Amino acid sequence: MKYIDEYRDAETAKKLADMIRSVTTREWTMMEICGGQTHAIVKFGIDHLLPKEITLVHGPGCPVCVTPLEIIDKAVAIAGREEVIFTSFGDMLRVPGSQKDLLKVKSEGGDVRVVYSPLDALKIAQQNPSKKIVFFAVGFETTAPANAMAVWQAREMGVKNFSILASHVLVPPAMEAILSSPAHRVQAFLAAGHVCTVMGYEDYYPIAEKYSSPIVITGFEPVDILQGVYMAVKQLEERRVDVENQYSRAVKREGNVPAKKLLSQVFDVIDRKWRGIGMIPKSGWGLKAEFAEHDAEKVFDVVGIEAQESPLCIAGEIMQGLKKPHECVAFGRECKPEHPLGAPMVSSEGACAAYFHYGRVNA
Amino acid sequence: MAAEKSGDKMCLGVPGKVVRIDENPLGMTMGKVNFGGISKDVCLAYVPEAKVGDYVIVHVGFAISTLNEEEAKSVFEYLKQIGDLDGLQIT
Repeated sequence: MKYIDEYRDAETAKKLADMIRSVTTREWTMMEICGGQTHAIVKFGIDHLLPKEITLVHGPGCPVCVTPLEIIDKAVAIAGREEVIFTSFGDMLRVPGSQKDLLKVKSEGGDVRVVYSPLDALKIAQQNPSKKIVFFAVGFETTAPANAMAVWQAREMGVKNFSILASHVLVPPAMEAILSSPAHRVQAFLAAGHVCTVMGYEDYYPIAEKYSSPIVITGFEPVDILQGVYMAVKQLEERRVDVENQYSRAVKREGNVPAKKLLSQVFDVIDRKWRGIGMIPKSGWGLKAEFAEHDAEKVFDVVGIEAQESPLCIAGEIMQGLKKPHECVAFGRECKPEHPLGAPMVSSEGACAAYFHYGRVNA
Repeated sequence: MAAEKSGDKMCLGVPGKVVRIDENPLGMTMGKVNFGGISKDVCLAYVPEAKVGDYVIVHVGFAISTLNEEEAKSVFEYLKQIGDLDGLQIT
């Protein structure tokens, strides 16, 4: 397939790996932000192609993994209601809440449906006027424009029985949270390509400067990631700090202007709790007051749900790049895809799921 | 590559070719995008510049960017230059 196969070409990948080896003189640790990048690295064994001096640590860029337990419990509470058809992406159905997950609600008779797009959920709402349709709107800046359009269209078309349970988070504040924690060892970032396809990369210059951390906007295929690593290592070795765009075929500096316009009309920036990391100020999006009738947290009385994490799960340390999945005592034992303790073992973008799926039990 | 399972990967953006564009009075232009043989309905509202035949990145049913053909070749041209330079360094 065009724009995929050529970026998985082994010859090109080998050439890039040799180039990385030729410029590396010291040990460097860098973080790839997005769970999609983490999976490509582990699936294609890209880390094994790199010189041993280079360590890739996995970032918090898995939207399923960072969704707070309270939001899962709110989703479970709403999905169990008689009058509700609850719709969501597939990943979210198996994320453990305090008592149960959405799949369990479905097995107990709740109308819980997997959809491919929020527009599918909007269609279901139009086809079922007597029901209340809720879409579980989870994700980073990449996914928010889709949910913003669904809410906007619902209002334009007067579809009053459609609402979203929103848990949107932003990458730049998470990077700052990681860089300002004393225990971090990240020296450069491979930024999430599709987040920047939407938002552009203006916001990353102040972070690179403030923390002297090179940032390379990187794609998701092996050639993209290897070229991203090469660009980051060259900056580190040459003592340069800059924001560079490896994924230039899909990312412009200003991002997607029409998408950013609608986002600013539908969402406000708010403080958000990240599962395993805690509250990060101004790190998420919530629906503006004028869209209250499409805000499931307002439509349904689900305030005051507090939740307890499993003490065994070290998801927070894994998502901050402080630990790797195989360093967790529960990895592959109490915690497996069939009975996950934490979200990184559930999500197809979670680091623990990647390590388990691709047999990474020691490194 | 089969189109991704229903919303399986959160940030996954898949490149596909625009094969049809349908103007929409509510300002939500829709169209058909082909992914190596599979066609899907996609919202094109965020890529007003896209024309039939262009490639776009699609995420959860929305095109979030057109793909820049020139930029797409840059990594390969860069490597070719380096390859040519290597070839010149005759020892």
